[in-house]
Amino acid sequence: MKYIDEYRDKEKILSLAAQIKKTSTKKIRLMEVCGGHTMAIQRFGIPDLLPETVELVSGPGCPVCVTSRSYIDKAIAYSKLPNVIITTYGDLIRVPGSTSSLDKEKARGANIRIVYSVLDALKIAQDNPDKKVIFLGIGFETTAPGSAAGIMKAQMAGLFNFSVFSAHKIMPPPMAALIDEGVNIQGYIGPGHVSTITGSHIFDFIPQKYGLGVVVSGFEPLDLMQSIYMLGKQFETNKPSVEIQYSRAVKPEGNAKAKEIMDEVFCLRDDWWRGLGILENSGLGINDNYADFDAEKIFDVAVEPLKEDKGCICGIILKGIAKPTECKLFGKACTPSEPVGACMVSNEGACAAYYKYNRE
Amino acid sequence: MKNNETILLGHGSGGRLTHDLISGLFVKYFRNELLLVQGDSALLPHLSGKLCFTTDSFVVDPIFFPGGDIGKLAIAGTVNDLAVSGAIPLFLSAAFILEEGFPLADLEKIVQSMANEAENAGVKIVTGDTKVVERGKCDKIFINTSGVGTLHTGLEGIVSAENVQPGDKIIVNGYIGDHGMAVMSARNKLQINSPVESDCACLNGLISDILQNHTTVKFMRDATRGGLGTVLAELCQHKTFGINLLEDKIPVRENVRGMCELLGFDPLFVANEGKVVMVVAAGSANLILSQLQQHPLGKDSAIIGEIVENHPGKTWLITSVGGKRIVDMPAGEQLPRIC
Repeated sequence: MKYIDEYRDKEKILSLAAQIKKTSTKKIRLMEVCGGHTMAIQRFGIPDLLPETVELVSGPGCPVCVTSRSYIDKAIAYSKLPNVIITTYGDLIRVPGSTSSLDKEKARGANIRIVYSVLDALKIAQDNPDKKVIFLGIGFETTAPGSAAGIMKAQMAGLFNFSVFSAHKIMPPPMAALIDEGVNIQGYIGPGHVSTITGSHIFDFIPQKYGLGVVVSGFEPLDLMQSIYMLGKQFETNKPSVEIQYSRAVKPEGNAKAKEIMDEVFCLRDDWWRGLGILENSGLGINDNYADFDAEKIFDVAVEPLKEDKGCICGIILKGIAKPTECKLFGKACTPSEPVGACMVSNEGACAAYYKYNRE
Repeated sequence: MKNNETILLGHGSGGRLTHDLISGLFVKYFRNELLLVQGDSALLPHLSGKLCFTTDSFVVDPIFFPGGDIGKLAIAGTVNDLAVSGAIPLFLSAAFILEEGFPLADLEKIVQSMANEAENAGVKIVTGDTKVVERGKCDKIFINTSGVGTLHTGLEGIVSAENVQPGDKIIVNGYIGDHGMAVMSARNKLQINSPVESDCACLNGLISDILQNHTTVKFMRDATRGGLGTVLAELCQHKTFGINLLEDKIPVRENVRGMCELLGFDPLFVANEGKVVMVVAAGSANLILSQLQQHPLGKDSAIIGEIVENHPGKTWLITSVGGKRIVDMPAGEQLPRIC
């Protein structure tokens, strides 16, 4: 496969592995903050290729995993309102809320539909003028422009039966919070997809303020190995900086048009992250100019205060303090078919990745 | 039969229309002396040795796909279940559940395809049944086939894998994932430059060639719905041995790899309908491999891994880049209604 096989070239990868081994003298822990990286690392068995000095840990890179249970509870409450259709990405459908999940509600008759993009949700709104269509907008800077564009399209088309329930979040605040909390890491494997939108400049504060390196990485094994090599070199030479390994997709300044659309529709707000609590200006709410499309302003529902499950350590796994295999529930009470925590449900969750690819 | 005719509820009533359907279609194509008797049961000749008996239902959507159709699948599926158990497939039953309004021309195509496949495999369809349900109560056509065969002598242990031991080699008879991706592209009308064809085929000829010449085949399974990965994960589950699988030895076509990459599937778990996984003694692995490669259905066969003492109960994949990861049964279904 052209454009893929080049990045899976065993000889090049093993030669990089040898170089990493040769140049790595000090212990280094690197955190990936993108669920796509978590999956790719486990799928290709990358940890096996690294010397003992290099350790990889997963951070809060899976949007579904960091989202609070009360978001699911509220989405379920919306689904029970008359004439409402909930539209959602498939990832969210099995995530447990406090007492139920969207797929259980769907089986009980709630009108919940899986869509692949916000455009599908707009089409459903167009085809069902007598229904109110709520799109569950979730994800980091990668998917937020899509939701924003959906809202702008709905406004232009006068589709006032369409709204978005936003759980969108942005990546830099948790990356700062983890270092502030003293989590033991020496560099970030920077999120490749987020950075196609934001550019790499948004991470400049990490070397400047905290003295840690960031290398924005692609998703193939050679990408990841090269990024690890680059981070190792920064660390060994004590020259932390922001570098782009994934230069075939990411520019320092990002995608101006997508950022403009996000700025037009969203505003920053404080938001709750599993494991990290409330982080200032870390979430994206819909601003007042688009209040007509903000599900939270249109619909009034009450949900019970949230209960997180006892024993589930998703929170500290998302901070890179524990590995999924260290959780008592992992692989026993918590499996992909019977998940306790969100990290086991999402395709990008650290627990799901470990369960699928890495169970000793 | 006219081209524009469709299935009516009456075709399943047991009356005149049913009779016409049986003689005009099923008997016409499946023609053999046992079926021609048209009793309530087929009277089979005396068979010697142990018998294998299996059944399978087919609900694939769409019913016609590149490389096959639901009829060919219904024959190959049951023939292969017998063949991988170490049996010589002999007699099949075929039961149809048809949706009212289903075009007779399509049914004829399917029945013809079943007859061809049965003839190629040397099996006889000796009994059958037809039911019709109201429009909307089933999707076009569902088929059940059951089959009987006689066990090759000395192969009692093949079904339970009781003779498998560390050192044994694992062989697959060619490219994996073709069927799943062929159905997937037909179902979603994907515009793929180099279309994938299903590998749907009866494997009894290929398997019998091997069994006649080698006594060291210890386990066989056709890697259908759950794909190669599920077969191997199941094989070593609760056993005292593990499996090492080599990703770069597993044959996957370029276009199948591309589609899987694009759609987020793992070829290890994509369905096949003409693939057998064999575990054979290490000493005879190369001989068996070269014999498989001489058969049209085995020309791309490869040794893809081995049985190991380490990590009992687990299948590890040595990835193409030299890392390793576990291979386990998927939690949900990758693709519903694939066969």
